[in-house]
Amino acid sequence: MITARLYILQRLTALIMAPLVIGHIGVMIYAVQNGLSAAEILGRTQGSIFWALFYGAFALAVAIHAAIGLRAILHEWAGFNSMVLTIVCWGIAIGLAGLGLQAVYSVTG
Amino acid sequence: MQLSQPDQQSLKVRIWRGAGDEGRYETFDVPVLENQTILDVVSYIQQYMDASLTYRFACRVGMCGSCAMMVNGVPRWTCRTHVKKITDKAGSLTIAPLRNLPVIKDLVVDMDVFFDKWVRAEAVHHPTRSIEQGVQPVNEETAERQAANAAIECINCAVCYAACDVVASNPEYLGPAALNRAWSLVNDVRDGGREAILEAVSGKGGCHNCHSQQSCQKYCPNELNPTASIAGLKRETAKFALQNFLTPTKKDKAEKNMKRERV
Repeated sequence: MITARLYILQRLTALIMAPLVIGHIGVMIYAVQNGLSAAEILGRTQGSIFWALFYGAFALAVAIHAAIGLRAILHEWAGFNSMVLTIVCWGIAIGLAGLGLQAVYSVTG
Repeated sequence: MQLSQPDQQSLKVRIWRGAGDEGRYETFDVPVLENQTILDVVSYIQQYMDASLTYRFACRVGMCGSCAMMVNGVPRWTCRTHVKKITDKAGSLTIAPLRNLPVIKDLVVDMDVFFDKWVRAEAVHHPTRSIEQGVQPVNEETAERQAANAAIECINCAVCYAACDVVASNPEYLGPAALNRAWSLVNDVRDGGREAILEAVSGKGGCHNCHSQQSCQKYCPNELNPTASIAGLKRETAKFALQNFLTPTKKDKAEKNMKRERV
């Protein structure tokens, strides 16, 4: 149930996520080591286009990547047909993107 | 005439009997012989114990790929599998028809589904020359030829198809054998169907559904590696799709023109 197009899209989103995860972990270690408070972190991220793009790209990549992965699992384990899979997986992608972008907006808006 | 003797050691053999989805295991006591294969055991039962037992075999030497069955839960070529090497601790054998294929009767499965998928994967020869042009020379040194050779010794036994968990959960999946042959043809200079094959293995049941669990490689009696072939197809289809995206093929252009004309 995974076509070449979905396969490529899942690999490309993985390529986007990998450096962003490393960047995120690096920033977290830096913040913890230097004892930054939540208010100090928000002070640096709010209004920052860089962090909005950084975490916005991550949230969108996760939404696409996870929806494609769940498509394969739902087909193999739940036996959903093509149309149900498409509807459910678009729902998952839109839901994840919505939740992720809302969080990004809260931190950087 | 039975080959067993009164003091001879015997082997407890459970064999699947039935047609279609209905059936049950029947137990037979088969005398243990030197150098006995699983196919020998099945043949013994059919010849001396129950003539109605149905099974399939042809060459008996591991060339034809007809005699594969599930033996103690795993797919094997029965003509080249020695009883001594695989009987469990209790000294018993359980023999069933191949997994993932519809059962016709007893140990015989319907192979149509398996071979139909070869055709769906375009794993068929696409000639490039007429008889007047002669045979295309093959350079054995090229990387493409070596990739084709590595995948070419498939005997169509369906052991990999029975071992594949993706086939079990996704009936549309083309399966390791068809994709392995498709990869062999993609790398063969004598085959002119490269684009047709790459398109055929890029659809809903195509190579991208493989999870690389490698059961096909583990159980292939000829020690082929269909997982590696499928990985090769994933790479080539991704390159092919990217090339088409950047520079649409003549076929794509023709399709777009047709759509415009219809509008």
